[in-house]
Amino acid sequence: MSGSDTRVVILGAGHAGGTAAALLRQYGFEGPITLVGEEPVAPYQRPPLSKAWLKGECGEDELKLKDDGWYADNNCRLLLSVTGQRIDRQAKSVVLSNGETVPYDALVIATGARARKLPIEGADLAGVLELRTAADAEALKGALGPGKRLAIIGGGYVGLEAAASARALGAEAVVIEREERVLARVACPALSGFFQDYHGRHGVTFELSAGVERFVGESGQIIGVQLADGRTIACDAALVGVGAQPNEEIAREAGLACDNGVVVDGEARTEDAAIYAIGDVTHRPLPLYERTFRLESVPNALEQAKLVANALAGRPAPAPEVPWFWSDQYDLKLQIAGIPFECDEIVTRGDLASGKFALFHLKNGVVRAVEAVNAPPEFMMGKQLIGRKAQVSREKLADPAISMKEVAA
Amino acid sequence: MAKITYIEHDGTEHVVDVKPGMSVMEGAIKNNIPGIDADCGGACACATCHVYVDEAWQGKTGTPSAMEESMLDFAENVEPNSRLSCQIKVSDELDGLTVRMPESQH
Repeated sequence: MSGSDTRVVILGAGHAGGTAAALLRQYGFEGPITLVGEEPVAPYQRPPLSKAWLKGECGEDELKLKDDGWYADNNCRLLLSVTGQRIDRQAKSVVLSNGETVPYDALVIATGARARKLPIEGADLAGVLELRTAADAEALKGALGPGKRLAIIGGGYVGLEAAASARALGAEAVVIEREERVLARVACPALSGFFQDYHGRHGVTFELSAGVERFVGESGQIIGVQLADGRTIACDAALVGVGAQPNEEIAREAGLACDNGVVVDGEARTEDAAIYAIGDVTHRPLPLYERTFRLESVPNALEQAKLVANALAGRPAPAPEVPWFWSDQYDLKLQIAGIPFECDEIVTRGDLASGKFALFHLKNGVVRAVEAVNAPPEFMMGKQLIGRKAQVSREKLADPAISMKEVAA
Repeated sequence: MAKITYIEHDGTEHVVDVKPGMSVMEGAIKNNIPGIDADCGGACACATCHVYVDEAWQGKTGTPSAMEESMLDFAENVEPNSRLSCQIKVSDELDGLTVRMPESQH
């Protein structure tokens, strides 16, 4: 399917969709590409929205995957502020919100995920924010600054990164978390404790094991968050960061299998040979862990964009990658490789108090995941060890005096 | 603008103008040049924008930070002139810079 008359339609112009279009051209694919984006701007990177961009350290142009002129110059029709409404698998066409019906030979669903909403009183007040898009980030930035107070519902990565950026901009930040620790869903207790302490030292306050009852408003504007115990936390704005859900509706309505994401195989294909799905919207196999999962990460979006672009350009599939993630908070660089499914042991390398350490998650002596804070060698070598499913010596791993190269040897 | 030459591992050359202030990595990505992946978008978190800086330019591209050095230490096929291109800021001084790409970034 690499002929110059193969028509590719990509639904979703986020990191996954935008990258798929660019890689198709990079790999020499010559057919027409239609890239359909819900937002009013060309594809851009989302990770800096809660970090460098929010702090004013980089501009909008730097976030863009390609300059605006790239798409027209490369025979890629970029439709902005347009969504896919319906897929007709029989006719192989997509009906768009602008009234067009666009035929495809290959369809790529890259519709991403949306921020989960809190279905509580006051959720529609001005100043109740979420952080997913550039427009969301713009609104959040406007609410931050000296003398302002941001309540953050949810102590996940988005929430903690926003808390760090809020502090950097001189705003107060209070994190309200339902679980008894931050990062409860995504990190081990030791790492949660470390990040909570670090944020605390930077002036962030926490309400843990705290349910949110309602947002309190005055003249349509939020002035506080009422907790389940009756207390109200005063704030000028609230950021809701309680996870995301996949934008899978269009696939489900077309009869494609969905299970917390569009179900795809290891080459990002759905059960329909003409339809692929990539990025946050997919539920995909993780061959290393012999299971399936929905990943929300840029490396996942890029890996699947590569798979699709290679397939459509008639090139061999690249080797599977080890899932990985990163987060920047204050002067901390957190790098995570792998996912600690079914692990039976955690080996700590380095001293948490030093702010430079790594936590290795093992299953039967094999490294399955590593959480590395300001520790690139541990991350880089850990990622390789995970990919190799290598047995390691716990004693060597736990001894920072022994280099990671020797540990892996 | 600074003219930068990117040479793929197979010898294919790409000569592009890059705006000062951008990184050498961004210059490659915006121009869709193959051979630099830059998975993390410039956060110095992934080491997939590895390049070799032509020796004549090593002085002008500066020295890697401790973070960059330790990331590079674990990349594939590292040489003394290896750099992460997301950490090299383009300036008028780098007009004429040549960088070469390794065989693979993964």
